[in-house]
Amino acid sequence: MAEPILEVAGLEGWYGDSHVLHGMTFAVQPGEVVTLLGRNGVGKTTTMRAITGLLAKRQGSIRVEGTETIDLPPHRIARLGLGYCPEERGIFAGLSVRENLELPPVVRPGGLSLAEVHALFPRLQERAGSQGTKLSGGEQQMLAIARILRTGARLLLLDEPTEGLAPVIVAHIGRIIRQLRERGFTILLVEQNFHFAATVADRHYVVEHGKVVDMVPNAALAANMEKVKAYLGV
Amino acid sequence: MTTVLGIPIQVLFGQLLLGLINGAFYAVLSLGLALIFGLLNIINFAHGALYMMGAFAAWLLLSHAGIGYWGALVLAPLLVAGIGIAVERTMLSRLYKLDHLYSLLLTFGLALIAEGVFRQLYGISGLPYEIPASLRGGWNLGFMFLPVYRGWVVMASLILCLGTWIAIEKTRLGALLRAATENPPLVQAFGVNVPRLVTATYGFGVAVAALAGVLAAPIYSVNPLMGSNLIITVFAVVVIGGMGSILGSIVTGFLLGLVEGLTKVFFPQGAATVVFVVMAIVLLVKPAGLFGRSN
Repeated sequence: MAEPILEVAGLEGWYGDSHVLHGMTFAVQPGEVVTLLGRNGVGKTTTMRAITGLLAKRQGSIRVEGTETIDLPPHRIARLGLGYCPEERGIFAGLSVRENLELPPVVRPGGLSLAEVHALFPRLQERAGSQGTKLSGGEQQMLAIARILRTGARLLLLDEPTEGLAPVIVAHIGRIIRQLRERGFTILLVEQNFHFAATVADRHYVVEHGKVVDMVPNAALAANMEKVKAYLGV
Repeated sequence: MTTVLGIPIQVLFGQLLLGLINGAFYAVLSLGLALIFGLLNIINFAHGALYMMGAFAAWLLLSHAGIGYWGALVLAPLLVAGIGIAVERTMLSRLYKLDHLYSLLLTFGLALIAEGVFRQLYGISGLPYEIPASLRGGWNLGFMFLPVYRGWVVMASLILCLGTWIAIEKTRLGALLRAATENPPLVQAFGVNVPRLVTATYGFGVAVAALAGVLAAPIYSVNPLMGSNLIITVFAVVVIGGMGSILGSIVTGFLLGLVEGLTKVFFPQGAATVVFVVMAIVLLVKPAGLFGRSN
């Protein structure tokens, strides 16, 4: 098996005095789409923030293409080829759609050109001059994903990209994720909606109380549906 | 003699020019303050002292190294920016996560120390700094006499303000700065070294203050208190313009200089307070300032 593009081992994380991550351990292989599934508050977003370096207090090991990042500042971690799309989307109100799109610096060669990004998300070209936060929720989500595709990042961290979106937009984002997978991107996805996750992912890590408690290959999801539902409390 | 509302037109335009000059300094200084507040969330009370240090740097360069006005215009901002960057790296950077009050107290203390040191070394009577030969003299415009140097100060300030505004609003670096003002962690997660951007911004804000000090040296003479005399008005300008708004600072700076000038003509006893009256009215009507965004 190839070296994992992302390897998290024994990850502990804190928000202030609150101990949130309790030994998260999982790995993502190049070209995979992997989800972190779990209920609200189990530490999925905190794990994403720990990987990007935004969680100030963290211990354990996070390796990106073999490079240990646990002590690196966020900007150096990003430059290892990471693209982050946060849960709240992080569209900048003071910037136009085009400025938002062109904001993240190129971290590696081989990113999508602006034309390729516009081919994936035609709405962003139509609304290039609008203020970023004037877009609809779905358009903002597309912008949040689109802007990390230009940077050359090969490992994309998408935190709840379908949250609060209409089914037609969710389906569009699903198609985009599958296209990105075909182009060789590796994607770590945080999701609560396992019906959506099942349409895009290769494997699912189930998170509870700040650690991975199970791993379900997508092919085995149907057979394990009752177990997964129990984990998610649905 | 032509008069406007009983005021000779030469007097009126003379005061308007003075107002414009003051407004130019308000604009340049509040621009730096707004930039620093926007990105660093720091109310930089040392800004007046840094402006004063710019003027002193010009005077010291001339009297000790024989470097004249044009050289000082480049070197003084660099020297003072170097000091500012050292302060930011060693002291201010430790306070970013704390309440505004801590940085305000630190910068206020630093301003007092800087003023005290220069006062001890050079007294408070003010040191003369000559207008460079190429900017002496003036133009008779018919309705008023315009000294070349004062015209130059207004032009240089306008160019500086406009250049900074364009750099911030129309360039990629400016977009990074605006984004980092809104959400610094996310910008850093995109691979931008935000702490370095913050240091550079503080350095730039300080350099602009020092540049204003050099521009002011031939007009106001070089005095340890020249910054503290100005800084309270400049803070009022920043508040009126909208905390952190670059355009607000520039427009408000020039406008308030003119308002002050006009008040000197028509109601001289109100000239010292008019800026604060305007501030009170603006805060009542538009609490976020004229160009500010309310959160």
